[in-house]
Amino acid sequence: MKHKKLMFAALSAVLLFGVGLVANAADTSIIVQSTTSTKNSGLYDHLLPQFEAATGITVNVVAVGTGQAIRNARNCDGDVLLVHAKASEEQFVADGFGVARFDLMYNDFVIVGPSDDPAAVSGMTDTAQALVQIAEREALFASRGDDSGTHKKEVTLWAAAGLDPTGSSGAWYRELGSGMGATLNAAVGMGAYVLTDRATWISFANKADFKIAVEGDDALFNQYGVILVNGSVCPHVNVQAGQQFIDWLISDEGQNAIGTYEIDGQQLFFPNAQTNGTG
Amino acid sequence: MQDFAEPFRLALALVTAGDADLFEIIALSLRVSLLAMAIACVLGLPLGALLAVTRFPGRSVVLVLVNALMGLPPVVVGLIVYLYLSRSGPFGWLGLLYTPTAMIIAQVILITPIIAALSRQVLEDLHTEYAEQFRSLSVPRRTVISALVWDGRYSLLTVALAGFGRAVAEVGAVIIVGGNIDHLTRVMTTAIALETSKGDLALALALGFVLLVIALTVNGLVMALRLTAGRHVHA
Repeated sequence: MKHKKLMFAALSAVLLFGVGLVANAADTSIIVQSTTSTKNSGLYDHLLPQFEAATGITVNVVAVGTGQAIRNARNCDGDVLLVHAKASEEQFVADGFGVARFDLMYNDFVIVGPSDDPAAVSGMTDTAQALVQIAEREALFASRGDDSGTHKKEVTLWAAAGLDPTGSSGAWYRELGSGMGATLNAAVGMGAYVLTDRATWISFANKADFKIAVEGDDALFNQYGVILVNGSVCPHVNVQAGQQFIDWLISDEGQNAIGTYEIDGQQLFFPNAQTNGTG
Repeated sequence: MQDFAEPFRLALALVTAGDADLFEIIALSLRVSLLAMAIACVLGLPLGALLAVTRFPGRSVVLVLVNALMGLPPVVVGLIVYLYLSRSGPFGWLGLLYTPTAMIIAQVILITPIIAALSRQVLEDLHTEYAEQFRSLSVPRRTVISALVWDGRYSLLTVALAGFGRAVAEVGAVIIVGGNIDHLTRVMTTAIALETSKGDLALALALGFVLLVIALTVNGLVMALRLTAGRHVHA
């Protein structure tokens, strides 16, 4: 009998333990499908407390690559999409999954590499020429290879340089299939050049001897957009709270909050919202 | 090569400073993985016991299957659970994706085969030992099972700990179905993955040390329980 009592006590403990896991305030929270760059750079830690204080809405950020974020949003697993691949975002809206797309902010991509600079591209501003040089010298280049916003940008940069590096995949062109942070860690480990957004690079802590090699090309422009997931396609979308979040982000207050975020005195994102979205 | 002293010092500083975020993450790790272990035991132990004492055609096929499922890749389990719990999936109406409950479901699927397969082996070995006695007394099957489970309880505790260890250490499943959301679904392993991706390897390793200490503590507590219980029996 003593065993039964013990079992009962243990079972009750387990049940009590489990209760409370279920409770999850639904009305006052939204899920934002977003990119790793905005998350890892600490931007959300800077923005969300301000938004939450102003509205009482909790914002839950799922940070994945842009490709995966868009797929998740297409599955209706999010209320707001905040990513950086304009063409894919416009497709998302055109396919009816998004209400309208708003430009939100921008920064730029940079190519970083080891300080011994095996392809001699350091200081260049012509991305196409730099990529040609990297390919000619078969210097190691680490690619995200994961259909993320950064990966899409990299693919267009190679195409603009008139090259297809995938033929050398596994040789000097290394497709990691990983997030930005994991790819940077690997690139640093291999001594490979890699394309990264500036925000992630500035906040990245494992730089070793790596430095920015190529920057300042117009082709390296990196625009972020924000989209409300369409409530008539995805009925569970918290339209009101999601819209409130977007309205706040593109308002003077939100834009100002984005512009004042700095790491070591460097501004990471530059607000450029217009109040008219494109659908 | 990174220096191990710095992460170790950092881990100590985090714990002694009583970092609220850290304790929230530790608490969620424990709640998710202990609950997953408990549910997996409720499902896996009877299955293991049944497989241990029954003989039926195709039994060896079932055994191979259960044993093979011990090697389920967490990322595959996470993906499957995601597809089911997604708003566009069959159980999307439950609204469970990106909640601790989703993480528990994924871990239960991951470790139930471990509990079932290992408990089957433990109980079958015991059963072989006692089979003749049971047969001569013509003990009914239900009584056989409960006698075996009771006699094998300490070994089964280790089985449960193996399940807990797998659950608390995996990252592939919980990061997909939980989303690693701050203050909602972030656990130790996903926090370690996040810090690694930020390039903060010292902090990532420090969190790894803390996770090791958690595993040690849970195992130590169980060992203490077992020793105390053992003393009572012999007293």
